[in-house]
Amino acid sequence: MPVATNTILICAGGGCISSGEESCLQALEKAVEKYALHDVVKIVETGCMGMCDAGPLMVIYPEGVYYQKLTPEDVEKIVSEHILKGRIVEDKLLDNPVSSLKTQNPYDDHPFFTRQVKIATRNMGIVDPMKIEEYIAHDGYFALQKALSMKPEEIIEELKVSGLRGRGGAGFPTWLKWDLTRKVPGDEKYVLCNADEGDPGAFMDRSILEGDPHSLLEAMAIAGYAIGANKGYIYIRAEYPLAIERLKEGIKQAKELGLFGENIMGSDFSFDLEIRMGAGAFVCGEETALIESIEGKRGQPRVKPPFPAQVGVWGKPTLNNNVETYANIPPILTKGAKWFSSIGTETSKGTKVFCLAGKVKNTGLVEVPMGITLREVVYDIGGGIPDGKEFKAVQTGGPSGGCIPKEYLDTPIDYETLKELGTMMGSGGMIFMDEDTCMVDVAKYFLDFSVEESCGKCLPCREGNRVMLEMLEKITEGNGEEGDIERLEKLGKNIMDTSLCGLGQSSPQPVISTIRYFRDEYEAHINEKRCPAKVCKPLIRYIIDPEKCVGCTACARVCPVSAISGEVKQVHEIDSEICTRCGSCIQVCRFGAISIVSP
Amino acid sequence: MVSDKELQAIEQIVNGVVTDESLAEGDVLINCLHEIQNHFHNFVPLEAAEKVAEMLNVPQSSVYEVLTFYTMFSVEKRGKYVIRVCNSLPCHVTGGKEIVETLKKELGCDFSQTSTDGLFTLEKTGCLGLCGVSPVIMINEEFYGNLTRDKVQEIINKIREEERD
Repeated sequence: MPVATNTILICAGGGCISSGEESCLQALEKAVEKYALHDVVKIVETGCMGMCDAGPLMVIYPEGVYYQKLTPEDVEKIVSEHILKGRIVEDKLLDNPVSSLKTQNPYDDHPFFTRQVKIATRNMGIVDPMKIEEYIAHDGYFALQKALSMKPEEIIEELKVSGLRGRGGAGFPTWLKWDLTRKVPGDEKYVLCNADEGDPGAFMDRSILEGDPHSLLEAMAIAGYAIGANKGYIYIRAEYPLAIERLKEGIKQAKELGLFGENIMGSDFSFDLEIRMGAGAFVCGEETALIESIEGKRGQPRVKPPFPAQVGVWGKPTLNNNVETYANIPPILTKGAKWFSSIGTETSKGTKVFCLAGKVKNTGLVEVPMGITLREVVYDIGGGIPDGKEFKAVQTGGPSGGCIPKEYLDTPIDYETLKELGTMMGSGGMIFMDEDTCMVDVAKYFLDFSVEESCGKCLPCREGNRVMLEMLEKITEGNGEEGDIERLEKLGKNIMDTSLCGLGQSSPQPVISTIRYFRDEYEAHINEKRCPAKVCKPLIRYIIDPEKCVGCTACARVCPVSAISGEVKQVHEIDSEICTRCGSCIQVCRFGAISIVSP
Repeated sequence: MVSDKELQAIEQIVNGVVTDESLAEGDVLINCLHEIQNHFHNFVPLEAAEKVAEMLNVPQSSVYEVLTFYTMFSVEKRGKYVIRVCNSLPCHVTGGKEIVETLKKELGCDFSQTSTDGLFTLEKTGCLGLCGVSPVIMINEEFYGNLTRDKVQEIINKIREEERD
């Protein structure tokens, strides 16, 4: 069999697919055929490589050269230049933020890559997720083998020493969950994986499921052995069809090799997994709602206690962890708990996968040690804020979390520090906001989300959030009154105190948090009827600078409501009464004559 | 009305999902409804829901509860293409508002409505997990990222052309 001299990895993560990976892959296959390179080039579709912003991405080995923002034409050129002639295609390389030179192998010199410590995402972007052999070649299923030779108590003790905490939100010690479920008497128990990732701005679970499904499957089997369960469920949202497909294939392949199913690896332990799909309900990320949904019912949370460890799926003891938590388990067993606990901070061990989204240059997925500062994440890894704008705040913990303003950029990130800042780790989504973001608008946005996603079971969440949303709408429309801020705070606290599940208990959090750090913006909206970030439409006006306007008529032609008047070569004017603040004019003006003012 | 032939198709779908007898307790209901919805192009006719209830031996009311609780299901006829616009913050701060405006204008309908040609239904969705390439939309099972006004128009026009041919 001929040995390929070049291996080309092409990122088939969700981000790259949606920015055109498939047509690039086709172009790649065509080019390989055109130059008759079948014997020397091996093409591998991998999971997410992390840098979504630069997608579609492709890496050529043995050199390890990364090419970014590909089109089918680029791919053809790279094959004919790089593969055939050995010449690097300079203009498709990644920009190196720390030097003027382009970066060839970013693991040598690009901070987005060099600052990462990959544990949960260790195989992502390296292996073909559809081939179990590649996972095994990267030490896959060795942890399961090791686990089967250990006593369940020993596995749990190992997790205890590692200090691993749940990566889905609250940071509950993982070993304790396992231990509690193990100790509940009963023959029938279940292992559950919460893959109903729904926090806005979080997509690590999706990427792990799509890019390295076996790391989850292996860990769930280990969990089954440790707590004494023979069956597991993966509850995954229907919005992730690709992840579902890859999980199904993964389960099939693992079964074929005897790594799943009856008598795993010749032991007397049997374990099987089933996939259950969600259907678009954020609340199903709450564990008891998730269990209801698995049972085929409306996803409404149950009263806790009893906790799922005692009464879970079908009333049986159930262990539930999220995807990233599970993905950490195989390396802990193979490399040892001490190795894992040597990374991170005093209370938060290991690494955390963060998703960088919003107004940041390098959007995507990074795994970094706990305790890294926000400044390092934003500026070193994230490459700063685009278009020369200022960093304003970052939202962590999704709709249950809060924002962190720039005064706290040097805070080391772990579960406790984030809590002190009035937010939470959540699943690790980080939404960056620049100076053009209105914090009242952001709070309104999250509340709108919570209103839509409230399951309707508890009154405080169902109606309270709606009232808070109405108050915020009133404020952003310029009708805010003295005392509104205090009313928001009071109602928010009531909702948090009286709701049943995590969704309701945390839903006012974005409002409370933005009031805490950006009270002046609320006051500007209420007292001065002014939106400092110039976002809230009723509080802004578009104006034309007569000094700059040359009368080209471009704005008048594009205005959908004919609010702009003026003769050719004469200064134009916008009628604010008619103007809908759609912003079309500002986009077409080539002279920078149009600006937004508030009030 | 759903024809007898269609009812047979539903029977096949349900039997295909419920392979293991022990699972016929109703926990496969959501998976069944997904399959049926795909079969009928984005909605579940009430007759089909009744059939599922009968086959899985769960009350019709439970099936209806599920159908109306989860946003991805619809008992109303929807367009052949359901366009789901991500309405989460990462998409919002990177220009999602413009995408929504463009879609509404281009399709001539609001959220939860179907375009007059019956081709498209516009809906909101929670985070699609593609925040790295926001703003994002999902059309049936395909995702489109890094959107601009022009790209949205291009995508819609392309589908319209394909449908015309």
